[in-house]
Amino acid sequence: MRPILLLLACLAAGCTDVWNDPYPAADRGGNILYSAFTERPKHLDPVQSYTEDEARFTQQVYEPPLQYHYLKRPYELVPLTALEVPRAVEVQGGKFTVYTIRIKRGIRYQPHPAFVPENHALARERIAGLQTPYALALGTRELTADDYIYEIKRLASPRLHSPILGLMSEYIVGLGELAERLRKFDTRKQDWLDLRKHRLEGVEKVDDYTYRVKLKGRYPQFVYWLAMPFFSPVPWEAEKFFQQPGMAQKNFTLDWWPVGTGAYMLTENNPNAKMELVRNPNFRGEPYPAEGEPGDAAAGLLEDAGKTMPFVERVVFSREKESIPYWNKFLQGYYDSSAIPSDTFDQAVRVSVGGEVGLTAEMEAKGIKLRTSPDTTILYLGVNWLDDVVGSPGERATRLRRAIAIAVDWEEFISIFLNGRGRVAHDPLAPGIFGQRTGGEGINPYTHVWKGGRAGRRPIEDARRLLAEAGYPNGRDAKTGEPLVLYLDTVGRGPGDKPRFDWWRRQFARISVQLEIRDTDWNRFQEKIRKGSQQLYILGWNADYPDPENFLFLLHGAQARAKSQGENTSNYENAEFDTLFERMKNIPNSPERQRIIERMVELYRRDAPWVGGFHPVSYGLSHSWMMNGKPNNMARNNLKYLRVDVERRAALRRAWNQPIVWPALLVIALLVAGSIPAFMSYRRRERMAAKPA
Amino acid sequence: MFAYIVRRTLYAIPILIGINLITFALFFLVNTPDDVARMQLGVKRVTPEAIEKWKAERGYDKPLLWNAQAAGLAQATNTIFFEKSVKLFALDFGRAEDNRDIGNEIRTRMGPSLALAIPVFLVGLAVNITFALGMAFFRATYLDLWGVILCVAMMSISSLFYIIGGQYLVSKLWHLVPISGYEGGVDAMKFLVLPVLIGVIGGIGAGSRWYRTLFLEEMGKDYVRTARAKGLAETTVMFRHVLQNAMIPILTGVVVVIPLLFMGSLITESFFGIPGLGSYTIDAIQAQDFAVVRAMVFIGSVLYIAGLLLTDISYTIVDPRVRLN
Repeated sequence: MRPILLLLACLAAGCTDVWNDPYPAADRGGNILYSAFTERPKHLDPVQSYTEDEARFTQQVYEPPLQYHYLKRPYELVPLTALEVPRAVEVQGGKFTVYTIRIKRGIRYQPHPAFVPENHALARERIAGLQTPYALALGTRELTADDYIYEIKRLASPRLHSPILGLMSEYIVGLGELAERLRKFDTRKQDWLDLRKHRLEGVEKVDDYTYRVKLKGRYPQFVYWLAMPFFSPVPWEAEKFFQQPGMAQKNFTLDWWPVGTGAYMLTENNPNAKMELVRNPNFRGEPYPAEGEPGDAAAGLLEDAGKTMPFVERVVFSREKESIPYWNKFLQGYYDSSAIPSDTFDQAVRVSVGGEVGLTAEMEAKGIKLRTSPDTTILYLGVNWLDDVVGSPGERATRLRRAIAIAVDWEEFISIFLNGRGRVAHDPLAPGIFGQRTGGEGINPYTHVWKGGRAGRRPIEDARRLLAEAGYPNGRDAKTGEPLVLYLDTVGRGPGDKPRFDWWRRQFARISVQLEIRDTDWNRFQEKIRKGSQQLYILGWNADYPDPENFLFLLHGAQARAKSQGENTSNYENAEFDTLFERMKNIPNSPERQRIIERMVELYRRDAPWVGGFHPVSYGLSHSWMMNGKPNNMARNNLKYLRVDVERRAALRRAWNQPIVWPALLVIALLVAGSIPAFMSYRRRERMAAKPA
Repeated sequence: MFAYIVRRTLYAIPILIGINLITFALFFLVNTPDDVARMQLGVKRVTPEAIEKWKAERGYDKPLLWNAQAAGLAQATNTIFFEKSVKLFALDFGRAEDNRDIGNEIRTRMGPSLALAIPVFLVGLAVNITFALGMAFFRATYLDLWGVILCVAMMSISSLFYIIGGQYLVSKLWHLVPISGYEGGVDAMKFLVLPVLIGVIGGIGAGSRWYRTLFLEEMGKDYVRTARAKGLAETTVMFRHVLQNAMIPILTGVVVVIPLLFMGSLITESFFGIPGLGSYTIDAIQAQDFAVVRAMVFIGSVLYIAGLLLTDISYTIVDPRVRLN
């Protein structure tokens, strides 16, 4: 009775506490950032991790020598642990290039048991009883050049799977040879493989704070790799610590428990439910940037200029596999930021008749902020260059491809299926990448015309004319009279794809071409691409770094997938394009490079190995209490920049989440009321005299 | 009885081998070892060498079922099927394709699964039996008619509707409990209230109708007429005679699912963010993680066989006429 009275008294007094807070009461009012993750990370070892889902954790912990400026656009490399961005020095007449990387002194690792020598000889029973490695005694030490060298050697480790080993072996002197030597040497898998004992010719320690990397020939893009986790420092102690027997059975591995010098350390790793980053007490501090791009000051992004980062003490990532609870918890204030699920787009965003994007009244009333940012990504409709009908550089196939490029209305696709969240791609380069032209100069003249200050798609009659010139008047082969049937390979996600497939068929039907959609699973799709047996297909590319080389190599003949298992999935081959690519990739951004890129883009447009595509635009929402949020497609070490107005968040959460009890009480009352007639009937029957037979 | 249990346990071995073989065949009918490797290594910059290396490390470089290159017994044993299957019988589940220890994962996730499944099972059983007894008590009245209509309506509605509707009303509109999430210990209560409530409500329709049928069948029997003729109250007839005699068919359906409670709920766990074995299985299927799929199917099969055995044993407890020979 007493709890009920307390509850009623609480309700009468208007309780100010909330009941639906998913976080522990002890955390209320804490300087904590709340976020969510959908996909569980597969690897947190910097030598293996390569996806965005993983980078959001690894890049808070590991610090490569360089990073991207948080605010400036185009993206700009700045030092992180390095003293400066290293410059390429050519030696032996350009046969080799040397990068000398000098790191800052006094940088210390996060507290970790690996730095306590006694923890390197733990009994199995002791390990079995541990819930977390952090239950052991913790230590630290200073970051040295050896740790960077150790990590570069780890690229070649036969026990690890670095996705960039193949690429880096082409450039770093001796890396391929080291991989081969280690493969032969590494026969005792249970022991720790001490890479310090194995020499890597192309990486040299100058002193404790300086190391050199020697590359074969020129590779200007190498500096971008120095901003990626693959080139982060890894202390040998961490590998030795996690190699102890019994560690793997507890899932205590370097792949799951990163050890770094970054602003945060991963203290809870439960990829099924929660990942938690805590501020690294040994972090040296880093000033918030004082410069940005135009508009950043007005957006309040420079208010913290010069202040020491990080601002947030803890970051809690909760696993949300379904979009509905994720979205609702964001609206209740339990997540500080969110993407916009497609099924709730209309609830969050309104698009005016003029195409201007804004928030709905409901979102504005909550003080939610909208940030949009074009992704450094391209999704395209590719053509297999090896295909007899649509491939090859011949005039007939080229006209057919150009006809398709006009007929497929990507503007409509973006409007219908992406709620306008995309930009039509006029070339293979993503927005903001050097070499891309904008405005009238940037349009693809084969598919668009520039009129009234904007690009308009060419009329469908142009496509029909090209089709007729290709020998398919009205969609039929002029020689045989057979209808032209094309095949699109795509990866289906279920019955919900039908509208999309119908849309694709309609695009081709506009030029009287029949489209057969081969809906398949990812494995079969990949197999077709590998074998070069697809005709048309849809695929995408997310940039590794903001350089035109990272997009144009997708069309480089030497990278043809069917021939060399490279990333050129359309198997496009054009001798002039390939020659230009070889020249372009080795020179810095300059008017000359711009000219080369423009010629390559012209060849791409003329040949149309991709018949159009689009660049997605990210729409992100954040609450009014979250400061300094700015989308950055290159850098994922963004958490240190973010600040939270904790008091405002607590107040708004309280205001938005007051429990409403009366409906629940009403339901209970109705159930009780509903059972009364049954009870009365029961009593009546129990008291009733027996009926005569 | 001991001999019966031993015999049934021995019968289970070929069944488990068969299930393992079917799982293996179904999985590798859709995915080749190369596909699994590509899935784990990602899509960017994956070289054929990396795929071969990944397969060799995990034993996927061997033939699937029959090794024609080997000699003698090795033709059968030096295969992916044999090497991946034999250890399961020693409950050594090995490592997932992402290198996490499967046994450790199962031990960690069993708690949240049981924390959800046991209350749903017990409360659901109590509610269903009570509701069914009520309908049987008021048989052939409007209460019974509307009760049956309600049951049919409730069992016609998708469980997803209950989940989304429950989250919308209870969590989003009324702010009574968190929409999703999970914490260990006492804090788990606030996260479990809603999924348990939804699990119970979602099961009322089918469960109550089934039990009502059982009760009505019993109520038509002679011993019930005799009990009434003795002048026993209807509640006494229902609870002491009808319920007790209806226990055998109830046990058939109930005891068999008790061991399977460990396996968790696939959809509920995903929607409520409960890190149990149900969501583990779903994740593994999506990630094409054969090691986990195989382990979960094996455990599910073992538990199901154990459930059937328990059902047989429970018959002897509730009905002294039954003997296990």
